[in-house]
Amino acid sequence: MTEKKLMKGNEAFAEAALRNGCRFYFGYPITPQNELTEYMSRELPLRGGAFVQAESELAAINMAYGGAVAGGRVLISSSSPGIALMQEGISFLCSTELPVVLINVSRGGPGIGTIQPGQADYNQATRGGGNGDYHVIVYAPSSIQEGVDLIGKAFEMADRYRNPVMILADGMLGQMMEPVLLPEEKQPLKEADIPSAKPWALTGHKEQRPHNVIKSLFLVPEALEENLTRWYSKYQKATEELPEFELYQTEDAEIIFVAYGSTARIVKESIQMLREEGIKAGLVRPVSLWPFPEKAFEELGPQVKSLISVELSMGQMIQDVQLASAGRWPVSLINKVGGILLSPQDIVDETKKMEVSR
Amino acid sequence: METLFEYTRGMLPVETSYCPGCTHGIAHRIIMEVLDESGKLGSTIGVAPVGCSILAHQFMNVDMCEAAHGRAPAVATGIRRVHPDATIFTYQGDGDLASIGTAEIIHAAHRGEKFCTFFINNAIYGMTGGQMAPTTLIGQKSTTTSGGRQEAVSGKPIRMSEMISTIDGAVYVERVSLDSPANIRKAKKAVERAFRVQEMKLGFAFVELLSTCPTNWGLNPVDSLKWLKDNMIPYYPLGMIKCPEEVK
Repeated sequence: MTEKKLMKGNEAFAEAALRNGCRFYFGYPITPQNELTEYMSRELPLRGGAFVQAESELAAINMAYGGAVAGGRVLISSSSPGIALMQEGISFLCSTELPVVLINVSRGGPGIGTIQPGQADYNQATRGGGNGDYHVIVYAPSSIQEGVDLIGKAFEMADRYRNPVMILADGMLGQMMEPVLLPEEKQPLKEADIPSAKPWALTGHKEQRPHNVIKSLFLVPEALEENLTRWYSKYQKATEELPEFELYQTEDAEIIFVAYGSTARIVKESIQMLREEGIKAGLVRPVSLWPFPEKAFEELGPQVKSLISVELSMGQMIQDVQLASAGRWPVSLINKVGGILLSPQDIVDETKKMEVSR
Repeated sequence: METLFEYTRGMLPVETSYCPGCTHGIAHRIIMEVLDESGKLGSTIGVAPVGCSILAHQFMNVDMCEAAHGRAPAVATGIRRVHPDATIFTYQGDGDLASIGTAEIIHAAHRGEKFCTFFINNAIYGMTGGQMAPTTLIGQKSTTTSGGRQEAVSGKPIRMSEMISTIDGAVYVERVSLDSPANIRKAKKAVERAFRVQEMKLGFAFVELLSTCPTNWGLNPVDSLKWLKDNMIPYYPLGMIKCPEEVK
């Protein structure tokens, strides 16, 4: 049964994973995502699952790898520097084609940076911080509700593509409270059903099939080449099937903001304020960050004069906006860093300054 | 005709890729024989991380995965949560377990994880070509200690079994050696006990197997066995450090 509740982002994300049949979670404390780990530590034992507080993020991602090779539905979460530590494991998950959902409740960086919200993990998430050729599918919710809905989709896509999927939330989404409609409880996969649902998983061969092997090392160059080619045809399919975006008041807009996550909500308010002053602005909001929804820009009309990437970083998504723009529009940046949020007025003021100088 | 001996079904009918005189083959075989003899091949999941033995899955007839360098105990922890009753083991070298993976092995032992770890100690990095391991002996030459390991520079070799045995969650800890037929028989007994500890869900079981690396030691197979006996055993004493009453 669906259920409406007032919940903190981190707890709602955890509950959404549980209702999607996740029964294995491995975590390590880091702000601002601790409520997610704490919620799982309380709830998983009550629902027949397992929670392990790992000795490090490195161990946590490898426990997740273990849970996934065994055929379990696994969630893992952390925040920016912790996700940095997990990059080796993420690269391994891609090379072994294992479904794991990761939530990054991101904060500002680099280094320890700040525990305040940030969006400076865009490159880490979409370009990958691990070694080798791979992609992680990345979704960026802009509300707790959307996060809850995307977690269901993330598990589905992780299984379908046999690849890790990341929910890139930010500290604001993790920490704030909103009313949220929780999905119906799905039956978790039973241990006895793993061999039929995931025939590749390690379950013990029961003397009934050849032994299963999950490997990341390919000493024969042609074997690695063959796998990479296969993985990249999978990624090609993802770039066709998975891009998601929202267009907001773009029909007549001359200025198009591009923003994701909680920043996109602030931008929507700025758009109302600008329109009251006669400045026609709209928003392209990428929901999937990888694959980046280039299609959204194909739908913009001839009245569009410029694009503005709005980010809580020194400008990371702007590179994808420039690629999507393909020289058709000038692209500029409005940003805030250090853990400071942009106010709707900040965006209005910056936009008007740009218009004057143009 | 009566069959008196058969090669274990635990080993796949392929040649191993290990160097001549390397004791990985013996270690693989005794582990697989124990699983075969106890009827556990079909319910076993193994984890072999980076090191020469990352290829163990080519030779061992059980479900297996590779793991990142040092992380096998974390991976086995995850597998255990999904399969509470499977037989699970990690097979790790000394660079893997005693250097890059110390955090994972210590904490897996500390949680009293119900799996077995087989620790191959040959006092050197094999796969990467003979660099100093945490277990390299004082004075022992390697490609990163060309004049021999010096205590003042690198400290003394780590005795992992003794360290692990101080942890309550590690209920069975034994060090064995693969240098002679008698010691190999003792090693097999230790492997048997380790799996029985797991079957009885008593806690974490750890077996250190002193092993050779003729290629990187620069010795022939026979001299390697002698070098192990003369140099490693005095520093790494053999025997059971800890054992639950139930499996003695």
